[in-house]
Amino acid sequence: MELQAVLMAAGGGSRMMELTYNTHKPLLPVGNKPLIWYPLNLLERVGFEEVIIITTKDVQKMLTPDRLKLDGKMKLDVVCIQLEGEMGTADALRHVQQKIKTDVLVLSCDLITDVALHEVVDLFRAHNASMAMLMSKLHEFTETVPGQKGKKKAGEQRDFVGVDATGQRLLFMANEADLEDGLTIRKSIMCKHPSMRIRTGLLDAHLYCLKRCVVDFLVENKNISSIRGELIPYLVRKQFSKSVNLPNNKDEVEMSQKMEGQTNLEILGSCKDEELLRLTQERSCWNDHHGDMSEAYHGGKVRCYVHIMEDGVCYRVNTLAAYIEANRMVSAPKLIEDPPIHPSAVISECTQVGADSIIGASCQISDKTSIKRSTVGASSTVREKVKITNSILMNGVTVEEGCNIQGSVICSNAVIGRNADIKYCLVGSSQRIEPDGECLTQAVSCNLF
Amino acid sequence: MADADETSKQAERNTNVGDGIAVKKQDIARAKNEGKELTKDEKQRLRKEKKQQKKNKKDDKGESEHENVPLPPSQAVVQCQSQKVCTSEKPAKSKAEQRAERRARQEADRAAKGKKGESAQQPPSGKSKAPPNELQPVVKRLPEHVQVDDPAAVRKLAKKLERQQIPVRSEYGYKVSLFSHLHQYSRKAPLTQQISIPSTVIHPYIVRLGLQYSQGIVAGSNARSIALLHAFQKVIQDYKTPPNEELSRDLVNKLKPYISYLNQCRPLSASMGNAIKYVKKEISNIPCLCKEEEAKKQLLSCIDNYIKEKITLAATTISAYAIEKISNGDVILVYGCSSLVNHILCDAFDKKRKFSVIVVDSRPRLEGREALRRLVKKGICCTYVLISAVSYILPEVSKVFLGAHALLANGYVMSRVGTSQIALVAKAYNVPVLVCCETYKFCERVQTDSFVSNELDDPDDLMVTRKGKIHLENWQDIRQLGLLNLVYDVTPPDFVDLVITDLGMIPCTSVPVVLRVKNVDQ
Repeated sequence: MELQAVLMAAGGGSRMMELTYNTHKPLLPVGNKPLIWYPLNLLERVGFEEVIIITTKDVQKMLTPDRLKLDGKMKLDVVCIQLEGEMGTADALRHVQQKIKTDVLVLSCDLITDVALHEVVDLFRAHNASMAMLMSKLHEFTETVPGQKGKKKAGEQRDFVGVDATGQRLLFMANEADLEDGLTIRKSIMCKHPSMRIRTGLLDAHLYCLKRCVVDFLVENKNISSIRGELIPYLVRKQFSKSVNLPNNKDEVEMSQKMEGQTNLEILGSCKDEELLRLTQERSCWNDHHGDMSEAYHGGKVRCYVHIMEDGVCYRVNTLAAYIEANRMVSAPKLIEDPPIHPSAVISECTQVGADSIIGASCQISDKTSIKRSTVGASSTVREKVKITNSILMNGVTVEEGCNIQGSVICSNAVIGRNADIKYCLVGSSQRIEPDGECLTQAVSCNLF
Repeated sequence: MADADETSKQAERNTNVGDGIAVKKQDIARAKNEGKELTKDEKQRLRKEKKQQKKNKKDDKGESEHENVPLPPSQAVVQCQSQKVCTSEKPAKSKAEQRAERRARQEADRAAKGKKGESAQQPPSGKSKAPPNELQPVVKRLPEHVQVDDPAAVRKLAKKLERQQIPVRSEYGYKVSLFSHLHQYSRKAPLTQQISIPSTVIHPYIVRLGLQYSQGIVAGSNARSIALLHAFQKVIQDYKTPPNEELSRDLVNKLKPYISYLNQCRPLSASMGNAIKYVKKEISNIPCLCKEEEAKKQLLSCIDNYIKEKITLAATTISAYAIEKISNGDVILVYGCSSLVNHILCDAFDKKRKFSVIVVDSRPRLEGREALRRLVKKGICCTYVLISAVSYILPEVSKVFLGAHALLANGYVMSRVGTSQIALVAKAYNVPVLVCCETYKFCERVQTDSFVSNELDDPDDLMVTRKGKIHLENWQDIRQLGLLNLVYDVTPPDFVDLVITDLGMIPCTSVPVVLRVKNVDQ
């Protein structure tokens, strides 16, 4: 077997607690499908037959195939972890280390993308890389976020990503938070790659192909707890650290190990490097760079590659703004093959349902309503003379007559009373808006922090 | 004229033989009916008749190709009837007639098919069959990779790939008309787009290898062969004999789709072809009673030995021979990046010979840069020129060392495109040209020009970016423009003075002798 897929679905969604306090993040409906459906669909389309899903017990109960509406026969192997201790993604990977027998493809459950996955995996295969990841151009969110007064908070800390001239080899990666004194680049990197492009407008898709020896390395080094936060920057730095010359006697190896306190990644990786591969590289007339006297890859054993998507859909649904944007984008036919209006929905004739709206199963839309650029969840009821624009209604929502909902997010099982006027609001789960109520740019829910 | 005489003689012979056959068969039939065993004599006669019949049938086919079709049916009818007479004492004429007619129709079809197959080749081959009637006419089949403009061949390939569950790679771009019979693929459309990502049908190592071939990461005849054998080792290690199957038969069948896949990624080289033949032979020579573990170990060690003997040790031998030809003060010209020539020069430098090297390079591959890097890193004095300057620099050169991709059976050298140019100019300046080639790259093909069989690389490689502007960016929009990126060319043996192989230093014309000796050995 070549690659095993691991889906990380144990995250809490800490940046959109208004949505996730009641519904777990992997099950949030986006375009009337649970969020976890999108990465699973991506894996299935590409040809994976088995996925290991790491999640919490509550989510596991909901992950039955018919709930998930998966068409194919992909086998889901769900592994539960407790959420009490702060378990990072690397810790989770260590937890399932027994099941991992080959190289691994790690995904996050909140990734919605239509990337051609072979681009990332081909980089991983062709260059025998230790790590290959996916990044995409960051899209600015233009929609007004409900429940947030005023301008958006100062953006999250930027990522600085340095790539070489071909745009594929990853040379440098740091977050703004770690660069208080300024951005320093080691001279050894500049010597080997004199031409480097540093980009900031990139979104990390949290899709990584990791070699098996990296997973083994994680097992040995228990102090790495997050893949994105610690493992990836470590691998990127390790490409250029002074390579350990394989010692001739074992004593030196053990001594150096004791001194460092860590098992060297290269020793683990290079034992696998075989004589014939070395011979092939020696006889091949290919080099990945020109102009200096070193061999291909500068003789480095650790290599990190990145595929940067210039166009196409790629979202990480970890903030409210991203959630809303994703709901808009998935009505694009590329991701969902189902018709936007579910066949079991009952829509009476005098309604106007825009072409970019998605209506879920068993909905009831009454007369004289107008639904534009919105998503209506399954089993929702919308009564007469309602105007819904730019909004997201989750499952089981009841909207009484005469309402006007604009730019809002209504969570599941909420009830909007008659003639309510809701603009840019976030209505929490099972809340009730009084008739004739007016909400403007606020979040209505029980357990506000 | 001669043809007519010969055909009439043939017809006579056939009828005579037919009668003779009829007579003999009647004897034998009588003997059988009498319940006696066939005597040794009669058995021999029977055998001879069968042979003669077969030969006549083949001759009929050969003749009918450049004669009219009506002739063989009549002869066939004659033979059939004579045969029919003896098998049943009371010949049911209607049945015999039907059978004869059917046989005649079959012969006619076969002849017509043979004619169609022949017409694809040059006409002279048909004429050559006329005079020697004793020679069996052989139907030559063109390899698939030079028949891309024939839709029947393309369909056949598609069917074969579908059976093996390998995706078909689609052609790319406008092909120059002289080379429209060859495949042309784009590097941006790899075959991995069409296979599932954790590849189940094709072994992951083979997928990786195919990708490395198509992207040029593993390039050069020796490197490709070594990588191929390494991948085969991995396949053999992971192989498990299914129940009720024999390893010697099943493993070969498992390798076939992998080889098709690699062929789709990049056409196989002659050295790879020979390596594959060797591996298949070794696999089929595994005794049936051998246990799986032992068989696998044996195969792995065979492959290791092959690499050690044919590639590593051969390189050492060749460089030992070549060093005799390098004297102090030489100026040696090399072209592109040949692993063997680099090895020879590095060895010569280690043995304290004083020489300098001129590296000639050409676009779009610019492989000479890599050769230059390796030689300069060793400490050899090098000069670097592009191929357009070769006639300028040749007066200073004392010898030319060239590497080869394959050595053809008629003595032609197949190598990177540009090699024949260098050999031609060197000949004009009376500079000796030495080709270094291991014997495992000798192939039984015969080719006299570079058009008939070649490889077309991605035409987009010819696009070049200068000062931020990409020239030829929209070449596909110009209907009359075709970009040609050839990979190989053939050099005639008149331009090559010596071939240095691991068997010694031989002239180019001795290649068929080496091939014959190799076949006898095996």
